Amino acid sequence: MSTPDDREPAVGPADRTPAGPEGVAVDPAVAATEQPGGERQPSLPQNFLQNLWAANTVTVTVLSMVLALLIGAVLIIVSDPDVLATYSYITARPSDAINGSWTLVSEAYANLFKGAIVDPAAVSGWLAGENTWQVVFAPISETLTYAAPLVLTGLAVALAFRGGLFNIGAQGQAVIGTITAAVAGFVLPLPVGVHLIVALLAGALGGALWGFIPGILKARTGAHEVITTIMLNYTAGLFLGWIILQGGIHDPNRSDAISKRVDGSAQLPGLLGGGLRVNLGIVLAVAATVAVAWLLNRSAFGFELRAVGANPDAARTAGISVTRTYVLLMVSAGALSGLGGATQVLGTAHTLTPQVAGNIGFDGLLVALLGRTRPWGVFLAALLFGALRAGGNRMQSFSGISLELVTVVQALIVIFIAAPALVKAMFRLRAARAARLQTSVAKGW
Amino acid sequence: MSTVTVEDLAGVTVPRRFWTRERKTGAVFVALGVLAAGLFGALAPAETARFTLSEDASGAALKINGQFGAILFGIVTIGAGATLLAGVARRWTSTLLGLGILAFVLSFLCWQVAGKFMPLVDTAKGSLELALPLILGALAGVLCERSGVVNVAIEGQFLMGAFGAALVGTMAASVWIGLLSAAVGGLVIAVLLAVLAMRYLVDQVVLGIVLNLLALGLTGFLYERLMQPHADVYNQPPRMPTWRIPGLADIPVVGPVLFNTNPLVYLALILVAVISVGLARTRWGLRTRAVGEHPAAADTVGIRVKGTRYRNVLLGGLIAGAGGAFFTLVSTGSFNKNMTSGAGFIALAALIFGRWTPVGAFFAALFFGFANKLATYLSAIGSPVPSQFLNMLPYLATLIAVAGLVGRVRAPAADGKPFIKG
Repeated sequence: MSTPDDREPAVGPADRTPAGPEGVAVDPAVAATEQPGGERQPSLPQNFLQNLWAANTVTVTVLSMVLALLIGAVLIIVSDPDVLATYSYITARPSDAINGSWTLVSEAYANLFKGAIVDPAAVSGWLAGENTWQVVFAPISETLTYAAPLVLTGLAVALAFRGGLFNIGAQGQAVIGTITAAVAGFVLPLPVGVHLIVALLAGALGGALWGFIPGILKARTGAHEVITTIMLNYTAGLFLGWIILQGGIHDPNRSDAISKRVDGSAQLPGLLGGGLRVNLGIVLAVAATVAVAWLLNRSAFGFELRAVGANPDAARTAGISVTRTYVLLMVSAGALSGLGGATQVLGTAHTLTPQVAGNIGFDGLLVALLGRTRPWGVFLAALLFGALRAGGNRMQSFSGISLELVTVVQALIVIFIAAPALVKAMFRLRAARAARLQTSVAKGW
Repeated sequence: MSTVTVEDLAGVTVPRRFWTRERKTGAVFVALGVLAAGLFGALAPAETARFTLSEDASGAALKINGQFGAILFGIVTIGAGATLLAGVARRWTSTLLGLGILAFVLSFLCWQVAGKFMPLVDTAKGSLELALPLILGALAGVLCERSGVVNVAIEGQFLMGAFGAALVGTMAASVWIGLLSAAVGGLVIAVLLAVLAMRYLVDQVVLGIVLNLLALGLTGFLYERLMQPHADVYNQPPRMPTWRIPGLADIPVVGPVLFNTNPLVYLALILVAVISVGLARTRWGLRTRAVGEHPAAADTVGIRVKGTRYRNVLLGGLIAGAGGAFFTLVSTGSFNKNMTSGAGFIALAALIFGRWTPVGAFFAALFFGFANKLATYLSAIGSPVPSQFLNMLPYLATLIAVAGLVGRVRAPAADGKPFIKG
């Protein structure tokens, strides 16, 4: 037996891919040509081809972001009555409308940037000795804090995608992960160090259990994982709402729905100190990305799951147990999501509330699509989403632009990414290698 | 077992296994019946359970001893399960299924209501009202999915509908214009869904989820920018009136539930009938089903596949949007961020649980509405059964259904597969 990658062509490009010039699928050809990740050294012509392709991907990605931000800008203008009023006399004095809009939008997006990357005022303040270096890193710290759980849930969706499963259940798996991690965090009396590891493992285990259900149902009964995971998402949410109020979980000193606080020994320690929120979660996220990249590209299981994802029938013929792969795949995806939930509750929230997991599961779905289901792509996409979220907070408090704008922009980016033909048509991009830009599997229920 | 039916003889060469789907269901029912008769019966106090035929405690009532009722209906469930287990003709299966579920629910109710009362008219009215958006959403799903387009964006269509109804309804000070804009709100999402799915071939499940987030963000953003600061200008829509149908509304029990209610209920009931008949009996219905099951074949005989799909998706958007109007014009009277809170996904569950048929989806939606109403009722009477578990019922029921434990659930064959002519 040779290395996994050499075997790939055996199950190669799938006839399962739905017909059509734009072949809407995680293009198996990509899976095959993609000599995993960026850390290897392909030959020169290969490198050139890859760069060409990558440049195309990058172009569409960048244009998608620009388009999304443009639409966001239109929304900002339309929803501001004062500026909107200037448009009633735009033919008479266009400068009013244009200046007003520009001030409004540029200020909002400047705050988005300052909240996400760096605030120049803080840098000059630090150089002048007026504030500490922590203030300079505060935006980055926030970005990384928001990104950490998204990396994990994004990886969960991406991993399942590569195996041909559409894991919409990342949200539910993350919710169960928050529950088990938090409960392990305040119930078990364990020493420092061990406690954190046990709590993280508990989170992963909870998520894995919630991923196991759709996996086994898919493998045994053929129940479509999209339907089952949607149902399990809401079941998990309701279960969280119930368990918070139970004795032993609920904080006896509070009347609202909130659990006890996770012990200090089970909290993810901060990395920078000085009130910065960034914690070990982001390190965990990097580790998980490395692990998933290895799993996908270097391990036997990764080969099997890619084979199953490319063509389950061919994989079965080749002697791969499809049912076993589906179950294992959903269990590992669930574990990743659960870990994401654990990062959320052990890193920042520290208590269970009905909204503790926020939207990290669904955001993870967007992140996976934006990252084109590649581990490091997912990592970068999660950083972008974390940055948007962190900047959005500042935009909300400084410019009064609702944080929901970030949701709109995120959704728009992914719509444009998922419809590269649309972006190409809008910008009249070169038609080359269009099919390679596709991200997702179209196969219905 | 002497249950060799005609089907078996005429059928396949493979011998049928003993554990058919019906038998498995039967076994599950027997277990449920034992649980009902044993556990509910043991827990139920031996007091009278009153099911009053009105909206409160007054008036005539159906009375039964709680403990006796719980055991009796538990035994009925066991009976239904045992009959299924023994093996009967296929045509009785769904009747027995219905009987088993009904008896189980009744057993549960006898336990819970023992020593108290349950107003039947109020329960039925509330169930129907809570089911209303689910019915409309599921019908929208039926239209889309029977023609082969997966619609996971019902939630987003609800939100846009609810938002449009509140915004335009307030500005125009008219509930009907509000309803119309709700439909248009749903249509906006439907247009995006149709164009991106059919023209740009985006995966339909991905698209649905992303459109939900888009609707969530868009309505939330505009809510915070417009509605929160100026609620009186943008967020005080008139409430939908109650239409009393003279004569019919005086029928006891049924009258007040069905014929003295808001116009959306009438709309929903009419739509269920129209779509049901339309799908089964009209040219449009046949074409829709053909396009959803085998687009290539439909294309060969000259049916415009994409045209049919576009029409159905847009029609579905109008209906789901109107369903969204329920939240602002009927239920609460103002828009709030993420106010649908997953109702679109329950509608999706109703669609699947109802096996992609209008009537099935209707009954599934009613069942889910009832579960929801029951959750409110039980928490009101201080029942030990947590409301969260009753609210889980739609999701769990769908999970069980798609896993094939109860009957067979099959989506239209071409559901979610884009059609490229060629």
